[in-house]
Amino acid sequence: MALEEICNFVKTPSEFPSLSLEGTASSLYLTDYTFQLTNNSLLNFEIPNSALLFSENHPSSVSRPFLLTHGTTTLGFIFQGGVIAAADTRASAGGLVACPSSHKVIPIHSHLVVTSSGSSADCTLWKRILYREMRLYELRNKRRLSIRGSAKLLAFMLHPFKGTDVCVALTLCGWDRADDDREYREQPHDSSSFLACGHSSSATASDTTIRCSASPNCGPKLIFVCSDGTRLQNNVISVGSGSPYAYGILDDGLSWNLSNKEAFSLARQAVFRATHRDAYSGNNVDLFHITAEGWKQRERENLREEYYRDMERKAKEVEERKKETLLKTAT
Amino acid sequence: MEYLIGIQGQDFVLVAADNVAASSIIQMKHDYDKMFKLSEKILLLCVGEAGDTLYKMRNGYELSPSAAANFTRKNLADYLRSRTPYHVNLLLAGYDDTDGPGLFYMDYLASLAKTPFAAHGYGAFLTLSILDRYYRPDLTRDEAVDLLKKCVEELNRRFILNLPSFSVRLIDKDGVHDLEKISVGNK
Repeated sequence: MALEEICNFVKTPSEFPSLSLEGTASSLYLTDYTFQLTNNSLLNFEIPNSALLFSENHPSSVSRPFLLTHGTTTLGFIFQGGVIAAADTRASAGGLVACPSSHKVIPIHSHLVVTSSGSSADCTLWKRILYREMRLYELRNKRRLSIRGSAKLLAFMLHPFKGTDVCVALTLCGWDRADDDREYREQPHDSSSFLACGHSSSATASDTTIRCSASPNCGPKLIFVCSDGTRLQNNVISVGSGSPYAYGILDDGLSWNLSNKEAFSLARQAVFRATHRDAYSGNNVDLFHITAEGWKQRERENLREEYYRDMERKAKEVEERKKETLLKTAT
Repeated sequence: MEYLIGIQGQDFVLVAADNVAASSIIQMKHDYDKMFKLSEKILLLCVGEAGDTLYKMRNGYELSPSAAANFTRKNLADYLRSRTPYHVNLLLAGYDDTDGPGLFYMDYLASLAKTPFAAHGYGAFLTLSILDRYYRPDLTRDEAVDLLKKCVEELNRRFILNLPSFSVRLIDKDGVHDLEKISVGNK
């Protein structure tokens, strides 16, 4: 996926006969994208007639060694302190836990984080494709693509695969900055700055509440893009087999005025409850917090501990209630 | 598509069911009662093709909730392998003078579980996490009703089907009591 590959790409699909998706991805390299930027930043680019290519290379049915399922719990929400993106870390293949510590939340650039649900392999591939396309856009146009623009780009790229077995459900969680142009020219142009994370916490507490008021396009954004063509922008999004359980907790506790701590705790609770009930979600929880300064990753937490802590807390509450009633009856 | 929920407290069981009787995509009745009184202190809630099968279970003598649940489960299991299996999901709630309150979850595959709280239907996916979070074994009656209202709120917000009202009943040592219906208008 490096830039060199694009410059002298000659790979033929026949190199990987069984991986038809690889073949199709290669076909994307072949065409020239033309971006037509109008005032509303409409993105038009030519997608190769890959549907045709796809059907030529691809045998009518590919047998898989195991069943593909979409077990996961991912969620994202917007509040006064920015955007929270959280996900569990279990990758399941049918009834097997294929990987207990996968990464479902991956940063694309300093102000965009993507949570994935669906087929792990497809999601990894498409995240890398998205990263590549966004970087190319930035290099060609000297400004960073907005979150809405990247969602549209991703949806366009996924469209030829509609109706096939590609299963990708990504939630783009990010922060649009109004002054992308100026910042880009000031900073050194190398790939490290593109992915520079907001880790360096020189930001004081007050910085996190900065919201650019320049235009309605900047600020926190949460957009869901799915391989069947859905593209939804919302303030709360949860995806995956565990999402109904997560929605139950999120809808109950979410409000705009949460403090950062409360928001982290709510996201953790929601993922924890979903992993408790859903068999295909579990193990750990990854939490990302995106603000105007960029994304910050919290330490990965094992939810098994959370379960025992919850039991203890409940037992304590029952104890306290008992004591209270005893005191009341005593007096 | 239909929804049942039960919450057991220290000395009572609270149950609620939606009031919709549907036939494919049409709501035929808006005030259909899905709860059947098996005895003074036992309620059976069912969704599915209940039909006339329930009438067989009324034997006339007092059963403890646990005995009634096991009898029902046996019935379901027997019919499961026959040519005419029942397709019902049940919640049996009751109060036993010796054992106290009990809530039994049964489904169309004849499984039986005694649980502190349970829900049936697609709505269960949305509300089980709320029950997990707020349930405590020592809930008072008012707290249990509040928890129930929380669940109904969540359904109204996220469930694609419209379930406008719910019948609510409470069972304790004094028998079955009707509580106020919960509907979308009043909270």
